[in-house]
Amino acid sequence: MADLANHPANRDQAKVMNRYDITKRMVGLLHNDEAVIGGIGYTNFDLWAASESPSGRRQQNFYMLGSMGLAVPIALGVAIAQPRRKVFALEGDGSVLMQLGSLSTVAARGPKNLCIVIMDNGAYQITGGQPTVTGQGADIVGIARASGIAQSAWAADEDAFVELIGRALKEDGPWLIGCRIDNQKPVDTTERDPARIRDNFMRGLGVRA
Amino acid sequence: MGVEMAETWYEIVRDVLKRHNVSLVTYVPDNVLRPLIAAIEADPFFTAFACTREEEALGINAGAYMGGLRSILLMQTSGFATLPNVIASLSVPFSIPTLMMVSERGTLGEFNIGQQLVARTMRPVLDALNIETHTMTRLDEAEFIVDRALVQAFATMAPCCFILSPLLTGGKVFAK
Repeated sequence: MADLANHPANRDQAKVMNRYDITKRMVGLLHNDEAVIGGIGYTNFDLWAASESPSGRRQQNFYMLGSMGLAVPIALGVAIAQPRRKVFALEGDGSVLMQLGSLSTVAARGPKNLCIVIMDNGAYQITGGQPTVTGQGADIVGIARASGIAQSAWAADEDAFVELIGRALKEDGPWLIGCRIDNQKPVDTTERDPARIRDNFMRGLGVRA
Repeated sequence: MGVEMAETWYEIVRDVLKRHNVSLVTYVPDNVLRPLIAAIEADPFFTAFACTREEEALGINAGAYMGGLRSILLMQTSGFATLPNVIASLSVPFSIPTLMMVSERGTLGEFNIGQQLVARTMRPVLDALNIETHTMTRLDEAEFIVDRALVQAFATMAPCCFILSPLLTGGKVFAK
């Protein structure tokens, strides 16, 4: 993707943003009941927080409560089942590092409706901030490209993030957007009620009436 | 009648999956599963592909279920041993009818000591997680078991595991 060349070439060149802020910006761009899968930890806490509005919380979100690393596979499954719906996976750097093979599977299947967003703060933040290897040389966008996801880019800043999400909504994927984020605590905590989460999500996707 | 009857275990499994509209098949390959994978991939009804890990395949299947598509995960015994955490944290608490079919290694002529040992963990794990489990040993029972177990899995929204015994499949024999 030559037109992605304007985005930073590597992790070090990307601006450090705030997870809640960019999640809120992303949710604000979703107007067609797009599905969003939130990986474990603060990634999904801020998705929960960013999805609240005066008209209620958006229904098309799935919040994992364990199964670390499976946000991308779950999103791929939704994307296969509902090829006309755009599907987003929000995943942390520590989580995606556990399941790097899934990036190759995404590339091989080539789902046009899938976009992966990686929230990379270089740390296992929820367990005490121990460093992940992304702060020590591993570049998730580079790994994604080498896995075969050609449309992979670092978001240079908030405007670039909004531009990339906009493209993922309009153009064929799969996409992977790398986001460097700070170590701020999340704004809220996801309700831990798996039966309700699953039922809400399936109703939001029109699978249940 | 002109209707060709399924004669092998893998044709029976393929046909029952089809009848229950289980159209997505994810797998980590195994020699014993080879004819089933081949039969499924030869049938355009199915979407079938290999995954890099069994956990990944289980996640894909969970997402597909929530999106309205039924699926099954095919693997061997050692692959099942990688799954307890995701069964316990995704399939069971979210009431997802995760269908698993495991070709049983580690018994009745096993030649690999690692397979022998890891196989001992499978049934205790399935029992600990309260997973409906059926060991398939006989061709004449295969259709009944898979058919009824699929009905139950979807009706009760609970995972189900089929263990394919060497008594049914012939297993994998020592090759020099």
